[in-house]
Amino acid sequence: MSAGSARARSLPRVEARGISVSWGAGAAAFLVVSLLVGLAVGPVHIGMGSIAAAALSHAPFLHVHSSLDSVDRAVLWQLRAPRVVLAALVGGMLAIAGSAYQGAFRNPLADPYLLGVAAGAGLGATIAIADGSAGTKSALVPVAAFAGASVAVVLTYVLGSSAGAGRTTGALVLAGVTVTSFMTAVQTFVQQEHTNSLRDVFTWLLGGFSTATWHDVLIAGPYVVVSSAVLILHRRLLDVLNLGDDEAASLGVDVARTRLTIVAAATVGTAAAVSVSGLIGFVGIIVPHAVRLLVSTSYRAVVPLSLVAGGGFVVLADVLARTVLSPSELPIGVVTAFFGAPFFAVVLRTSRSMR
Amino acid sequence: MIELEAVTVSYGDSPAVRALSAAFEPASWVALIGPNGAGKTSILRALCRLVAYSGRIRIAGRDIRGMRRRELARTVALVPQIPETPPALTVAEYVLLGRTPYLGTFSNETKDDRAAAARALVRLDLLQLSDRRLSSLSGGELQRAVLARAIAQEAPVLLLDEPTSALDLGRQQNVLSLIDSLRSGSAPLTVVSTMHDLTLAGQYAERLILLDRGAVVADGTPAEVLSASTVSAYYGADVRVINDEDGVFVLPVRR
Repeated sequence: MSAGSARARSLPRVEARGISVSWGAGAAAFLVVSLLVGLAVGPVHIGMGSIAAAALSHAPFLHVHSSLDSVDRAVLWQLRAPRVVLAALVGGMLAIAGSAYQGAFRNPLADPYLLGVAAGAGLGATIAIADGSAGTKSALVPVAAFAGASVAVVLTYVLGSSAGAGRTTGALVLAGVTVTSFMTAVQTFVQQEHTNSLRDVFTWLLGGFSTATWHDVLIAGPYVVVSSAVLILHRRLLDVLNLGDDEAASLGVDVARTRLTIVAAATVGTAAAVSVSGLIGFVGIIVPHAVRLLVSTSYRAVVPLSLVAGGGFVVLADVLARTVLSPSELPIGVVTAFFGAPFFAVVLRTSRSMR
Repeated sequence: MIELEAVTVSYGDSPAVRALSAAFEPASWVALIGPNGAGKTSILRALCRLVAYSGRIRIAGRDIRGMRRRELARTVALVPQIPETPPALTVAEYVLLGRTPYLGTFSNETKDDRAAAARALVRLDLLQLSDRRLSSLSGGELQRAVLARAIAQEAPVLLLDEPTSALDLGRQQNVLSLIDSLRSGSAPLTVVSTMHDLTLAGQYAERLILLDRGAVVADGTPAEVLSASTVSAYYGADVRVINDEDGVFVLPVRR
């Protein structure tokens, strides 16, 4: 250290701001508190302390005993826990996918919903469900959703870059709107054509998390884990891509392959999230931009923090969705849009300086 | 030594560079000059494989086509004419991105990389500014930050596309003198730049290559290349050329 300190005086401290300990801990605390709130809120009152004890009773070596009776335990573990865990997975996935699309397309307005990826996934899933062979809970649904999502993202990107000569931020979003409209139209057609499975599709579309089970968690979980891991590994390369294609290439990055990997990972994860939760908009805009405003614009911070904060955000949005009009439920997409649309307007106004 | 052998760059049907052959000595400063559309930038882009070309380009005897992209980036650094400078990055973070060719795809910077970035900041006199955001820099400071990022790449070849086009006269001289001083570091640095300002090109580069429609039409020292007849023939400009002990000066004259 003493030899190093002489050097340190002559050379400046050169470091990339990643995630500081306080922001990392803050985001983790936000997620944990959101999960606890999600578990505690509901028609049956279960106290926070009992929830914490019940959760810890599952941990080995701690010897904590749960004080819950069997009904409370069933409510907690079979109704609320899968719902809350699924909301966290979906929220984290949509937020990290948003941050990845924003980096890969160098467009602050990119979001799984606005790019048409969610609508494409919805169409794919609808076809799979309407086909009848697969129920809403089949493992085939995420695969069909991924196929639809991939078609949508390719269409949006091709249309957006051919329409906006200078690849303006607006052109990509307009292309996304176009693709979304088309996908939604086809989806409606498929629905009407298969009226016998219509109810299944509607349940799924309005979805949210009211029908969440551990089975959904098992279907979406692996996709979310793999996709997030790939995106987090690419966080530094997203900063390099932010310099533009030529400069990234002159720094030794295979731009086309890197972009393809990132977009594919984000699309796989989005498709899995959509296939268990239906269409939830704006999470991919709100969360990454909130991280940018609060912490750093470097993708080293934005990508991992979006995953954690996105999970907490959607869990809380789901709590609002089931309490505001209790006992009836609001679709969660309404809650995220309520906060997301004004946020989008702000990002739109400032996006010139965020490029 | 950089060798170009019958290099042709085409965009669609029209060739921007036609069968160009040239060799640049190590540690020299070569300026590519010529009217708009002469193919100057295309040559720089071919040298870092940003554009497809036919023919052969060798650096230190190695065909750059045979190099991996990362390896090429450790050999050739590029400063584009209009670099992308993400406004919210700090100068230090931005310069650190110059270390990308030394990092594994998914790894982070090591102590060596941070030290290399720090040396680049020192050489470009950016110590005081290293924590400032790029958006808060003046034009001259920003250009130094971009140079520092390229220097942090520690490549023996530095390509500069119009390095001073956005700067006022005094800052143009500062930046060009700075580039000149970088050449005299411990590792020899070959500079290939495109330049619009013929007087400044002649003041700083040792050798000028005048291009017209993708071909070399004059090649030599500033005094050899910058004659009134040559400049008027290829630029279609009326100029007076003054050649004295301070160098060659190309001055426009009203028609």
